[in-house]
Amino acid sequence: MALQTKGFTLGQLTEAKTCCEPIPHLSVHNLSVKYQHKTVLENVNLDIYKGCITALIGPSGCGKTSFLSTLNRMTDMIAGASVSGKVLFHDDNILNQPIDLLTLRRQIGMIFQKPNPFPLSIYRNLALPLREIGIKDKQLIDYKIETVLKDVGLWQEVHHQLDMTATKLSGGQQQRLCIARALVLEPEILLMDEPCSALDPISSAVVEDLIVSLRGRYTVVIVTHNLAQAKRVANYAGFFWMQERVGKLVEFGRSQHLFDQPQNELTAAFVNGRKG
Amino acid sequence: MAERLFQAGIWCAALLVLMVLFWLVQGLLDQGLAKLSVDFLFSQPQNAGRDGGISSILVATLLILAVTLLVALPLGLASAVWLAEFTATHNFWARKVRLALDVMAGVPSIVFGLFGYAFFSLFLGMGFSILSGGLTLACMILPVFIRTCEIGLRSVNNSWRQGAAALGMPKIKAVWFILLPAALPAISAGLILGIGRATAETAALMFTSGYVDRMPGSVMDSGRALSVHIYDLSMNVTGGDAAAQASALILLMIIMVLNMLAYAITDLWLGRRVLNGFAN
Repeated sequence: MALQTKGFTLGQLTEAKTCCEPIPHLSVHNLSVKYQHKTVLENVNLDIYKGCITALIGPSGCGKTSFLSTLNRMTDMIAGASVSGKVLFHDDNILNQPIDLLTLRRQIGMIFQKPNPFPLSIYRNLALPLREIGIKDKQLIDYKIETVLKDVGLWQEVHHQLDMTATKLSGGQQQRLCIARALVLEPEILLMDEPCSALDPISSAVVEDLIVSLRGRYTVVIVTHNLAQAKRVANYAGFFWMQERVGKLVEFGRSQHLFDQPQNELTAAFVNGRKG
Repeated sequence: MAERLFQAGIWCAALLVLMVLFWLVQGLLDQGLAKLSVDFLFSQPQNAGRDGGISSILVATLLILAVTLLVALPLGLASAVWLAEFTATHNFWARKVRLALDVMAGVPSIVFGLFGYAFFSLFLGMGFSILSGGLTLACMILPVFIRTCEIGLRSVNNSWRQGAAALGMPKIKAVWFILLPAALPAISAGLILGIGRATAETAALMFTSGYVDRMPGSVMDSGRALSVHIYDLSMNVTGGDAAAQASALILLMIIMVLNMLAYAITDLWLGRRVLNGFAN
């Protein structure tokens, strides 16, 4: 895979708009997140648009990851976390209690900051989730694994050693495998929590290219601390900031507007490196 | 300098431990070695154990151990999974169960023996039998085994738990395919501790599996475990010292072989299912 990064400056964003009709895929209304009695995120309203890459930026501890985790209900795994508000996905509020969590998480996949391939072979890492959704046919599994590994650009590197334990791969390869593992379930949305922050610059660039290549095919929400990266990959961007010790969404809009003509002073200070 | 002293201290401590073991084995070799032979392993005890061998004792010991493991392994793993994965750390019942286990782990084996006698032998009517002895030992090793497995599971990388959940894998599948294999070193450590304790146990078995030294026909028969045999020979049988020492040597070897087996199986399983260098 080519290593040069595709910069999404003003011009190229318009070009990306063609694959980026603003149709809401997820609609977030009045979302608040509490851990025990401490509110970490309050009153967030935004739409995640179908086929677009939405970047969430802001300093550490302002609730970006908490926000991301509510979108596939990973917050359920945190003891004492409570979420209020609405997140509409296919007209259903996914925050409603009786919901098929397993199906939801297969539709909305997640990539974590630190690559977390299972301590199994590369093949089994991908076959396990497939078997879980009831695909038993060995040929079909093999086909899907090959396709998805080609999609993430790993096939050339690993096709001769699919039996190798996945944790022996390099960090960047591990992260691409994790993306492949999420993609193999054919999700609609991918949530990425600082997917490049644990990687070296070269691997990071490869993974970034991969993320860009997902545009139009998947809806991507990416949390990143790397402003340059957000600027390069995102169609839409949201800026989170702590106000009175509570995380809030300060500004949301087209990435180019948010970076070049921020409406809010805080945003301007942050994207220009004067704050945060 | 301080570093040197510290190192010397560590070496001395290790040597001391080795010397104790050496001294112990050397004491057994004194009379025991002459008595050891293939015949000793494969013939039945005669003359209250002074003559003959220990074939029936070995069979009874292994049967008791088999019963113990068959019961303790699934029950222990299930309990550990429940404690580590399906209850919150501060869950009321989990805390009570943990407290009970920690108390049970400190209960003297003779108390387990009396409980086993009262419950399995009398109340459930198993009498003096290998089954009753094995079940009693299972009760005895469960607390430590469960707690070791629980801690092993808890120390498994949380990102695998999240990863599995984010893929929409049911929790029980994540436990089975990812977390348990990853916790295997801890599980086998717990198992080795348990096996060691079970094969060395005397008091609890005298009340439950009895000390008849005939070849057991089934798990419902009474059977004399190796440790009971050693105890009996050295305390109640004059002139039984040589046989007792030979039996003790065999017991040591059995424990060694079982430990090595447990490590080998762990390695094999880890090598196949989990990565080799997954500790780093």
